[in-house]
Amino acid sequence: MTYSVKVLDHYENPRNVGSFGKEEEGVATGMVGAPACGDVMKLQIKVGKGGVIEDAKFKTYGCGSAIASSSLVTEWVKGRTIDQALDIKNTQIAEELALPPVKIHCSILAEDAIKAAVADYKKKHSDHAAG
Amino acid sequence: MLKLPIYLDYSATTPVDPRVAEKMIPYLVEKFGNPASRSHSFGWEAEAAIEEAREEVARLVNADPKEIVWTSGATESNNLALKGAAQFYAGKGRHLITMKTEHKAVLDTCRELERQGFTVTYLDVMENGLLDIDVFKAALRPDTILVSAMFVNNEIGVIQPIAEIGEICRSKGVLLHVDAAQATGKVVIDLEALKVDLMSFSAHKTYGPKGIGALYVRRKPRVRLTAQMHGGGHERGFRSGTLPTHQIVGMGEAFRLARLEMGAENERIRMLRDRLLKGVSDIDEVYVNGDLERRVPHNLNASFAYVEGESLLMAIKDLAVSSGSACTSASLEPSYVLRALGREDELAHSSIRFTLGRFTTAEEIDYAIRLLHDKIGRLRELSPLWEMVQEGVDLSTVQWAAH
Repeated sequence: MTYSVKVLDHYENPRNVGSFGKEEEGVATGMVGAPACGDVMKLQIKVGKGGVIEDAKFKTYGCGSAIASSSLVTEWVKGRTIDQALDIKNTQIAEELALPPVKIHCSILAEDAIKAAVADYKKKHSDHAAG
Repeated sequence: MLKLPIYLDYSATTPVDPRVAEKMIPYLVEKFGNPASRSHSFGWEAEAAIEEAREEVARLVNADPKEIVWTSGATESNNLALKGAAQFYAGKGRHLITMKTEHKAVLDTCRELERQGFTVTYLDVMENGLLDIDVFKAALRPDTILVSAMFVNNEIGVIQPIAEIGEICRSKGVLLHVDAAQATGKVVIDLEALKVDLMSFSAHKTYGPKGIGALYVRRKPRVRLTAQMHGGGHERGFRSGTLPTHQIVGMGEAFRLARLEMGAENERIRMLRDRLLKGVSDIDEVYVNGDLERRVPHNLNASFAYVEGESLLMAIKDLAVSSGSACTSASLEPSYVLRALGREDELAHSSIRFTLGRFTTAEEIDYAIRLLHDKIGRLRELSPLWEMVQEGVDLSTVQWAAH
């Protein structure tokens, strides 16, 4: 398996690795994938005023492309509102990282992780989401 | 100075020993005769070299040189043994027995025999990778004609109880074929004592050249085979085709060196393997795959839990090793051998096979240990599974989102 320069860069120097405290204000978590399939992604977003994602962190069990895809989306979601974050599509991730066809599922998983994190945020804040 | 990458994949293939290469070269250049040429000295010289090599192969396994048939390698030997015996003895019965952890060269040949109308039983192995003799006995049927069992497993290095299997087969009048590609030079093989009828060998797993192997065909009691390669009737009709003298000379020399040096060499390699095992065993959640006692000294197959195999291979690219998971292909399919041991998928996904050999040094092993500590630590920092386990979550109770 040969990897693109961008995949290798994210794999060697992953951005925003880690976890937020579960009780921290505005934190929501998306966990997707399964160990038996060979990849699990956990994406956390920290949402501030106006629904803007102020910070993001990830942890990923999976191949180099899965690690790179999740590292990349932590960079991309920052500064966006949660609704803008949902505009990120797997095709953009795959294009940016030059993923080969057999690794497209990694980008799909990263898109799913964003959706899962946003859904978790909306669930937690449905009572006072109007602000 | 340490040269990178470090080769720790001796079960995939070995380098040709320089002493072997040196002995081969004259047979490519000046001693080039066809060993089947009976009318001049070029042929006689080549034939003498071939018979000397045949003797060396036979000596390593305590057999008669007349029982050795040259082939292109263990895959061909397995094909000739299984198809040749099954087809010849089809009148006696049409049932074969083998194991799920066999090499593909045996499993795929068995599949072909099923297409030809034979029935094959594929036995499970125990959690330690070894065949359960009671399970084997129960699988024998009145129409069983042939059993195929590997001596040493290529992935996990476990040594199957060939002597016991042989006694049972002989008492039931069933032929036994043994794939010994991974065994030569690693375990003592005595075909006078073992009740084995057919045995496959390869040169390139034992510091000889690729493209040459042999099949042992027992003479007493005599085993018959239907030839699979027809032509000039070479090798007493078992296998036609001009003999590659230089390859054969190489295999003979490689097996001679193995016979002379295996005692001391295996002890040295065992010390290095144990050093590697000790060096990685203080990493949390490392599991050795396959029995550690009944195992060749040069193999270590371990799973590093909560780290995915492909990213681990990427992280330790300074080591030339094999992963249990064939994840370089499109499908993330864990090794069928580890699955047969009952390993969960995530452990099968995270397994690495280290195989040491003649040219492995202590310095290389120490480098490998440091690299593994460093990279596994880093990948676990990245792993949500590792984080959950540290928090006390039982992963088997988690409802994973399917994808």
